[in-house]
Amino acid sequence: MRQLQAEIITDAVRNMCIEANCILPDDVRKCIVDCHQKENWTSAKESLGKLIENYEIAEREHMPICQDTGVVCVFVEVGQDVHVMGDLNEAINEGVRQGYSEGYLRMSVVADPLRRVNTNDNTPAMIHYDVIPGDKLEITVAPKGFGSENMSKSAMLKPSEGIEGVKRFVLQTVEDAGANPCPPIVVGVGIGGTFDKVALLAKKALMQPLDEINSDPFYAGFEDGLLDSINSFGIGPQGFGGKTTALAVKVLTMPTHIAGLPVAVNLNCHVARHVSRII
Amino acid sequence: MTVKTISTPLTKDIVSSLDCGDTVLLSGTVYTARDAAHTRMIESIKQDKPLPFSIENAIIYYVGPTPAKPGQVIGSAGPTTSGRMDIFTPDLISAGLSGMIGKGVRSAEVIDAMCTYGAIYFGALGGAGALLSQCIVSSEVVAYDDLGTEAIRKLEVKNMPLTVIIDSKGNNLYINGRNEYIGAVKEGVQCRRKG
Ligand code: SF4
Repeated sequence: MRQLQAEIITDAVRNMCIEANCILPDDVRKCIVDCHQKENWTSAKESLGKLIENYEIAEREHMPICQDTGVVCVFVEVGQDVHVMGDLNEAINEGVRQGYSEGYLRMSVVADPLRRVNTNDNTPAMIHYDVIPGDKLEITVAPKGFGSENMSKSAMLKPSEGIEGVKRFVLQTVEDAGANPCPPIVVGVGIGGTFDKVALLAKKALMQPLDEINSDPFYAGFEDGLLDSINSFGIGPQGFGGKTTALAVKVLTMPTHIAGLPVAVNLNCHVARHVSRII
Repeated sequence: MTVKTISTPLTKDIVSSLDCGDTVLLSGTVYTARDAAHTRMIESIKQDKPLPFSIENAIIYYVGPTPAKPGQVIGSAGPTTSGRMDIFTPDLISAGLSGMIGKGVRSAEVIDAMCTYGAIYFGALGGAGALLSQCIVSSEVVAYDDLGTEAIRKLEVKNMPLTVIIDSKGNNLYINGRNEYIGAVKEGVQCRRKG
């Protein structure tokens, strides 16, 4: 059993909160630069150019890429041979607290969904745990803005609706979202599981590197097809018209019941932030 | 593409001179307000109490900035989704508001009020809070300090880059811009945008 001090986790989460908000991941940058090159609608190309300028300023000035520094989604893969010395949940939330106040990030969390008083430290984080073999802890910190979160949807389709039904649902969700989620967007799709699991799959899909091709050729083709369809909509960057409506579509699936076909679409904006560390 | 340089106050003359799709460089005063501040302003209107700033020919910027670091005027300050304010907006427009800066679609009720009273909906580049912060030269909380990032701030901006999304005739760039692009793709022309 490997012993791990809670403070180490707090430090890591603190630093990851600041880094995620100020430095856009390389895979997202590459994708935006690539789309900027390929976009030939003048106004859309200009918007993409300004997004590049924006993330460069953010990195240089060490300030947030976007003012919505989000609610902090944290994914923890806990090796079953790790023993955390202290309270793991509290260690993560303390990291968020420190990161958000010391990093001059925005406090965007209310303590109760109806009474709506700001917690003023951006806690609690939305934490998901998976237990895995080994004695390491892998933490992913992904601040999530709500412009795109609010446009996300899930549905319980009938199995007979099949692949066409899933496509229709994904495309309709993107169409309905229009300019609200700050296009160009990243589209995370979950298919299968249960009502609860499918939403989590969609969110985890957003953590996949944008430049990695799905290892299942069937789903690689499915993702490409969806991306082509979305980018023929003409919504474009900012919603002012253009090719680049989405940067990528990422799909994750899991087994499901014979009677069901759950699907969830979690939208993310071009500020697709996430940082991972193995401790 | 037409670039128009304008200054506040956003008078009705300026409003009627702006067209959907125009690029605008805005200088002058704008007030920040988002969900919670709107709720309070509408309560004030209902109770016949004064608003925290003069709404006549004013511009509201839908933004909740990040805190300023030492030496900064303001932190990142890009637009939030305007549609959440739709329910409050017609009352503010009829009270004199003549401009809004945000991102995302507006309701038919908002567009109706814009056409009736004369108002402009400007878009700022969504997700470009670091870039947009650079055209803000001063920031001062003028009301609802307890709301933190949602407090009303008076901002002085200089050459803030905006696009007219909806003009006072109801023309809408979300519809027109997209149709124009799709039309051009159909015709096989891809390198042009109007004007
Ligand atoms: S949707 Fe994304 S880019 Fe747009 S305001 Fe929210 S966090 Fe920022």
